Amino acid sequence: MLRDLRITLGGGFILLLLVAALFAHWLSPFDPLEQDLLIATASPTQEPGHYLGTDSLGRDVLSRLIYASRTALTVAFVASILACLLGTTLGLLAGYFGGWWELVISRMVDIWMAFPPVLLSILLVAVLGSGLHSVIIAIVVIDWTRFARVTRAEAQQQTKLEYVDAATAVGMGRSSILYREILPNVLPVVLVLLSLEMGIAVIVEAILSFVGLSVSTDTPTWGGMIAEGRQIIHQAWWVLVFPLGAIFLTVLAFNQLGDGLRQRLDPMLKR
Amino acid sequence: MKAVLEIRNLSAVSAAGPILRNVSITVREGDVMALVGESGAGKSAIAKAVLGILPAAIKITDGEILFDGEDLLKLSPQRIRQLLGVRIALIPQDPLTSLNPSRRIGVQLTDGLRLRAGLSNVVANTRALALLNDVQIRDPQRVLMCYPHELSGGMRQRVLIAQAFSLNPQMIIADEPTTALDVTVQKQVLSLIRQLQRNYATTLLFITHDLGVVAQICDHMTVLYGGKVLEQGKTADVLKTPAHQYTRALLAANPRYDQPRQSLKPISEALIAELKREISV
Repeated sequence: MLRDLRITLGGGFILLLLVAALFAHWLSPFDPLEQDLLIATASPTQEPGHYLGTDSLGRDVLSRLIYASRTALTVAFVASILACLLGTTLGLLAGYFGGWWELVISRMVDIWMAFPPVLLSILLVAVLGSGLHSVIIAIVVIDWTRFARVTRAEAQQQTKLEYVDAATAVGMGRSSILYREILPNVLPVVLVLLSLEMGIAVIVEAILSFVGLSVSTDTPTWGGMIAEGRQIIHQAWWVLVFPLGAIFLTVLAFNQLGDGLRQRLDPMLKR
Repeated sequence: MKAVLEIRNLSAVSAAGPILRNVSITVREGDVMALVGESGAGKSAIAKAVLGILPAAIKITDGEILFDGEDLLKLSPQRIRQLLGVRIALIPQDPLTSLNPSRRIGVQLTDGLRLRAGLSNVVANTRALALLNDVQIRDPQRVLMCYPHELSGGMRQRVLIAQAFSLNPQMIIADEPTTALDVTVQKQVLSLIRQLQRNYATTLLFITHDLGVVAQICDHMTVLYGGKVLEQGKTADVLKTPAHQYTRALLAANPRYDQPRQSLKPISEALIAELKREISV
């Protein structure tokens, strides 16, 4: 019951966010870039229509929040899925074939993990130039190791199990075994990781936009909103708190979804 | 009758020392040959060498494995794969780990039929139902849709037996197929294997440490110790008049229903020391 609740709540929130991102144009009450200095830093109750208040330039916080979910979700989905594909493929190869595959890929993972990730991402974006593409590339380049490490260990463990020998004795080829026998057993773990990774990607995007290295400043982002809100926190807490809450809830939702999925998908736990 | 499997002077080593020492075994067509020995005697190593799934740590240093006249050790991996499943099949030791936990029984059981015999899903499923009937599984329709964890150990072993027989191979290697099962289930599974073996006229290489099992279903037997063949012959002859003292000791260590009061004799340290000398020659 609890696990289903997790999937429902986590998935539901993300679905809601997706809808908000897709239909931002119709859903947001104001243009997120429209300034109105007369009602700058209006509190959520002060101006009718501005349900979450306005920021220091008089822009509607709710509208900006909704539009910013586009950037956050694009990065979350695209970057995580690419990192997952890259990392899982390399991890499976290393774990199943061993030998040189294992040696080279594992060393690469070790070297990668030695870099502090936030610093590396800032460095990467600085080199690549800011923008959505750079943020996605930075996350893929840094976070594929998470998938590679876990899938390698998992594939290695599965490879030792007898059902792999049994499949060999049926005459299945190596790639066939990797794809048909090992991948399905690794998949639950990968899905959980993917879900967690989406949460992490949201955070990384927020960090990069907070320091102004993500998309250009005329596109609203949660990280950018936090950066702006930080300067006027004593006058207008809502500019900071709502994007923070949005990030918090999004990451929580991805994590809960991942946990719920793990228990749902694991055939050993399914009774 | 012609020999289906002929192992000649097979030797293998691992980092820890010799695994197989000059092993020669001939299995004739339609025969049931038992490989008997304690843990570490090299029974499973022989099976794995035949199937080409020895762990990388074990290297074959000498000898040949002739299957139907072809030396398996000299064949390309592609050619060996063509043989596996179709002409040589395996009944694995542990039914609990030998089925993939995340694939349905129906899918796993029909792997060989679909991938090797090229049957369509529908035909393969019909054949799978017949196979499950053959191994006396009730409600096969439901079992096909089950995941392995939904079946008991005995049921899973039956599924694995059905899979081994699915492509009607010339030879099946049964690697201690009853070790992981209860005694009552063991008996059923053994007679099932024997019955199928007769129906399909399959040659069977049966690996076990249980002399009772050997007496029940095997025509010939080979006694191994420390990777060396100590004694070979017809099961009835070997059990009645064992030539090697190790075989005699093994028999004495087995309970006998006709002499319930006689205490069991463990294999003595002196005999083990002597065996170690003998195999290292």
